[in-house]
Amino acid sequence: MRPRWLLCGVALAVSACAPSAPHNTGIYLLVDTSGSYNRQVRQAEHITLYALSRLQSADSIAVARIDTGSFTEKDIIAKATFDDRPSTANQQKRAFASHVEKFIDQSSPAPYTDITGGLLQAIEFLNEKHPAHKEILILSDMKEELAKGYVRDIPLDFRGFDVVALNVTKLRTDNFDPRQYLARLDVWRTRVEKGGGHWRVINDLDHLDGVL
Amino acid sequence: MSMTTLLTFTPWPAVSAGILLILLVAALYFARDTAHQAIATAASAVARGLRVASLSVTHAQEALAARNREVLLAAGREAKERIVEREFTRVGDTVRKDLAGYPVMHRRLSEAIQRIEEDQQKAVEVPPDAPGWAQAVKVVADLDARNAGADILADIHKSMVKAHAEAMDDYRKASSERHALLRRMMPDWRLIQETLGHVNKSVESVIGRSQAIDRHMQEYEAIVRGEDRALSVLSSSSIVYFFISALVLAIATAGTAVNFTLIARPMAEMVGGTNYIGTYRTADIAALVIIMVEISMGLFLMESLRITRLFPVIGALSDKMRVRMLIITFLILLLMASIEAGLAYMREVLLLDEMATNALLRGDAAGAAVNSHLWITTTAQMGMGFVLPFALVFVAIPLETFVHSLRTVVGLLGIAVLRALALTLRLLGNASRHLGALAQRVYDLPLFVPLWIETRLRAAARETANAHASVKQGSWKEART
Repeated sequence: MRPRWLLCGVALAVSACAPSAPHNTGIYLLVDTSGSYNRQVRQAEHITLYALSRLQSADSIAVARIDTGSFTEKDIIAKATFDDRPSTANQQKRAFASHVEKFIDQSSPAPYTDITGGLLQAIEFLNEKHPAHKEILILSDMKEELAKGYVRDIPLDFRGFDVVALNVTKLRTDNFDPRQYLARLDVWRTRVEKGGGHWRVINDLDHLDGVL
Repeated sequence: MSMTTLLTFTPWPAVSAGILLILLVAALYFARDTAHQAIATAASAVARGLRVASLSVTHAQEALAARNREVLLAAGREAKERIVEREFTRVGDTVRKDLAGYPVMHRRLSEAIQRIEEDQQKAVEVPPDAPGWAQAVKVVADLDARNAGADILADIHKSMVKAHAEAMDDYRKASSERHALLRRMMPDWRLIQETLGHVNKSVESVIGRSQAIDRHMQEYEAIVRGEDRALSVLSSSSIVYFFISALVLAIATAGTAVNFTLIARPMAEMVGGTNYIGTYRTADIAALVIIMVEISMGLFLMESLRITRLFPVIGALSDKMRVRMLIITFLILLLMASIEAGLAYMREVLLLDEMATNALLRGDAAGAAVNSHLWITTTAQMGMGFVLPFALVFVAIPLETFVHSLRTVVGLLGIAVLRALALTLRLLGNASRHLGALAQRVYDLPLFVPLWIETRLRAAARETANAHASVKQGSWKEART
């Protein structure tokens, strides 16, 4: 009887000391800076502040721009993994918000829109952080325009990712033929879901409750 | 083999069914006695098993009741011993206090009495001097007047007046002295009265205590004898104590929750806000551990003070060691309370920081403004953080009562459950026996035709036998006559 109790005690102690599953969140915000969308960049600040207000210690966030070639660390405007201590995390949040604000003030339009490259970079960044919940926010019209020589016809692995397209504006041509807009969204939805991810579109930025 | 197949052994299913029914009834009829026996045996076995189980449960209930009785009596005995011990201590203190002052009191009384005696002796009235001149005056008066007796008498009169005046003065002086002495006696009388009053009070107190001890001793003796009345009183007291201590513990739990809220957030600053042990945040567990350590220190403090007796080892320590333990636990508690006060302050700072950050993220400049009266809440939080650990010390008292009364209450509940179980088992046993009888009747239900025939045949056979018997009896009577 005694060894049995001992075993139970040891099992309990081991289970208590075992590393617990991660509870943190990782967010990657892609901001389209192409000519057709540059006017909407100001919205990025609003979304970043909202995300910062929802994030806690040990959560990660990065804001990156989508330009001609987005599969590069150089396009990451700001990134942070918040400290364990809430006071330090608050300081980091304030610094992050200030950084993003500065970027938005100085943002210049890009000639092309490499959304796939940005997504690849986002997947890579978030996978490195190992968060429990991974979310990619895309502030874009979702119209990809690649410069000559850029190969982006590659499968994306979205397993464990939530991809949220925010404020997907209609282009002038969409007004003539709405099917283009719908087809564009459908292509991205198919691509994300094919990669094992979860796709959503939120156009009303006053109701971001669904995000995070 | 399906029912349809069974009904096809003749070309007419109805006939097949009829034949099968007759065969079934016949089979049931021939197996009736065996089936009845089997049902009766099964029902009886189940009933017997349930009865045995019921008896076993009853025995267990009795054993538990006996144990509960012992526990109650032991608890009552211990409580009474504590009360009597306390009363004796009080009597001892009173007697010691009075006896310690007795020599002084005796000396004061003796001195006062001596002084009174002396004063009394001094105050004795001095009899006036005998009138020595009266005889002389008479002799002179009897002399012849010609021998200048008148002059002599005048001189004597003069001297007498003078002597009288002097005597009167002396008398007045002596009276005044006596009155002064009597006046001086008054404080001594008062002193004696006061001292005797004090003695009277002490004696009355001791008498009161002795009466209380007598009453407690009678109750103690009743408990030792194991009287039912004493047991009943102890039982009801135990239930009352249980509910009261449970209520106080619930209040203490609420206090613990408040304490936890005060320190959980700042603990995240110390141990990190994202570490988990199992599914619980390490910061929360750390906060809870601090509170539990405070409660434990409170328990040890109460044990060291001999207010509670949850740990006999602490109670059995020498006084010197106990005092050391008292000081150490108090210092740890003080340290913990100070830490809590600091954490409560840190909580306020963190809250302000978070509010400022959130206001910045919302773009709300007004939200970041600091309230000028914020120091009140900060001070209140710090005060609560410092006071609550000391308030939680007193949890030890209801906890001890709860633990002691819990044994009795659980025992009483166990007795009630076992009693209900025994009754249920007995009822089930009886029901099983009756169900056996019912099953036999149900078995006989489809056999009503052969049973009716059997009854008729038996009746006919009985009638025939009776007829034969009456014929035989008639022939015998005839033969006799």
